Amino acid sequence: MFDYAPAPESRSIVDIAPSYGLFIDGAFTEAKDSFKTINPATEETLAEVALAGPEDVDRAVAAARRAFESWSALPGSERAKYLFRIARIIQERSRELAVLESLDNGKPIKEARDVDLPLVAAHFFYYAGWADKLRYAGFGPDPRPLGVAGQVIPWNFPLMMLAWKIAPALATGNTVVLKPAETTPLSALFFADVCRQADLPPGVVNIVTGAGDTGRYLVEHPDVNKVAFTGSTEVGRQIARSVAGTGKRLTLELGGKAANIVFDDAPIDQAVEGIVNGIFFNQGHVCCAGSRLLVQESIAEELLDSLKRRMSTLRVGDPLDKNTDVGAINSAAQLARITELSEIGAAEGAERWSPECPLPDRGFWFAPTIFTGVTQAHRIAREEIFGPVLSVLTFRTPAEAVEKANNTPYGLSAGVWSEKGSRILAVADKLRAGVVWANTFNKFDPTSPFGGYKESGYGREGGRHGLEAYLA
Amino acid sequence: MPESSTRLSVRKTYKLYVGGKFPRSESGRTYLVDGDNVSLASRKDARDAVVAARAAQPKWAGATAYNRGQVLYRIAEMAEARRAEFVSLGVAAAEVDAAIDRWVWYAGWSDKIAQVAGGANPVAGPFFNISAPEPTGVVAVVAPASLLGLVSVVAPAVVTGNTVVVVAGNPQVAVTLAEVLATSDVPAGVVNILTGHAAEIAPWLASHDDVNAVDLSGVDDADLATELERAAAGTLKRVLRPTAAPDWTADPGVGPMTALLETKTVWHPKGF
Repeated sequence: MFDYAPAPESRSIVDIAPSYGLFIDGAFTEAKDSFKTINPATEETLAEVALAGPEDVDRAVAAARRAFESWSALPGSERAKYLFRIARIIQERSRELAVLESLDNGKPIKEARDVDLPLVAAHFFYYAGWADKLRYAGFGPDPRPLGVAGQVIPWNFPLMMLAWKIAPALATGNTVVLKPAETTPLSALFFADVCRQADLPPGVVNIVTGAGDTGRYLVEHPDVNKVAFTGSTEVGRQIARSVAGTGKRLTLELGGKAANIVFDDAPIDQAVEGIVNGIFFNQGHVCCAGSRLLVQESIAEELLDSLKRRMSTLRVGDPLDKNTDVGAINSAAQLARITELSEIGAAEGAERWSPECPLPDRGFWFAPTIFTGVTQAHRIAREEIFGPVLSVLTFRTPAEAVEKANNTPYGLSAGVWSEKGSRILAVADKLRAGVVWANTFNKFDPTSPFGGYKESGYGREGGRHGLEAYLA
Repeated sequence: MPESSTRLSVRKTYKLYVGGKFPRSESGRTYLVDGDNVSLASRKDARDAVVAARAAQPKWAGATAYNRGQVLYRIAEMAEARRAEFVSLGVAAAEVDAAIDRWVWYAGWSDKIAQVAGGANPVAGPFFNISAPEPTGVVAVVAPASLLGLVSVVAPAVVTGNTVVVVAGNPQVAVTLAEVLATSDVPAGVVNILTGHAAEIAPWLASHDDVNAVDLSGVDDADLATELERAAAGTLKRVLRPTAAPDWTADPGVGPMTALLETKTVWHPKGF
């Protein structure tokens, strides 16, 4: 690989305060405790952030409840204009927010800038337009909001997950208490400032930062009408148990172990790009990542040679460098999990390979890794690793490919690569997954419903379907 | 049946309906309901019913929507012929009519729901992108006692390509419906009906790893409903639990169908 000159994005566009309170009822307020959020690429502290306790969550839910009365009574056309305003402000501030996201999350600036932020703005634009058209959405002549939505989001796409949660909730007339992930609270706090800039009425959006306990207080709060969670299947299960019998509406977007199926007639170069995008995009911190490569036996060798060649050109390092392809692992805990599962993969007999790849001394890093000779019994073929680790399995017939692809409790996404249209449609029909990417991977759009089958959760986010979770 | 003075009537044992057959409970248990002998389903019967429902599901979902609609309409035809029998079980004539009409209503949905619930998505890029509903799989239903309620929970599940295991609310009514289904071109295993106690059988279904959704419409006991909902969380089953007592005579809307459908979205690039 030839060298690139460093091309660092300036971080001077972001002004991170030394500390942040909770955003409740339109103002930042103090909490008793706090925690630090760090830059996972350097381990430097970025800011001190308030840790919301039960009484803080109470205050936030009460503020959302008060705001609900007037917000839900506002004509849809007025709610729409608030959302359009928010969308526009996000566009205007997108460089700042992209740099912030990269700093707090560790993702390459290239991705924060070209994927996350454009999708965040687009999501608000999309749902803004729905706010005054809900009676045409197919959920009855007079669809009503539910009330207060308690929303808990993960750290892999902090601002994008916020947009997926808040935009449809507000468009449908609900008010929101949102808890961002413990390791990536900053972009949600900046979003609070966006809400103020937009003159959004106080209490319509409340942001409570904290860890798992804060999320639990929110989800179990008796005055929350709707719970929306994106995160691990294990936590999703606990939430489903805890809301049982309460009558709260629940949507869950959980884990995945997607098969990316490459048939022998696939365009190899495009497939290799799709495989790389499928598992190394966002360091593999993607619930719909193509983490199981199923390649037809007859082309396995050729494809793997090509894949390894391509992986050797991936640039791992400084997330703020515009040339970086793979950034930092989001946290020490996540790095430990990826490391542990990879060691188990090797111990169970799969063959491990990574390109030559110098990693920075500080921060959390993991080289792009593939395992070959993986069987369906291996833990690395069954468990979500949520990192840049690909398990490679082979198949001989389309029926075997489908069988192996569906042999998982998850069902979030899948990929199919073939030049034969009828085969793609037949395989896509048989895959038990909520999103199927054919001859592409990891594509997202606000108009396109996203969500899983089986233990990948229930409900859809995005598109007309995404409104349903917030309407009675 | 009215008994004539000269002839001793032939009594019927109400048996389970599993995999297209009418077996007795493997447990050998029966119970009396209003003087009728009824099979008392066990955990093992519930598991057998799930096996039958799972086995039937891919082919039923793979049948054309037109075909599923024809089968549902045939159910209405057969039910019409048994109006008198339902009435003799104490179901009001108007309710029997409404139940038959509901089969007809749902029959027509088979090849329309995909267009209403799915469609092309105008993504910002050179992609063909389409969302289509697919059945969630095997649905366990704790059915309401009324015939109209029973039909109103079973029909939306099966018209969309799911297969069901039903815990009957009213055993005689449910088994009589099973006898309608058995003569209506409904493939074996698509609808399975268990008679017995919901409190005994339903927890096994709600916690069964091969069940995809549970419909708790017929659970009157709030504690049992919560227990079932909690059990269903183990494999993140879809849970339908009406908050108020449903009015089965009302227009059902598409909700009962979409609740048991998954949305699959397929992307493909466009290009020469």
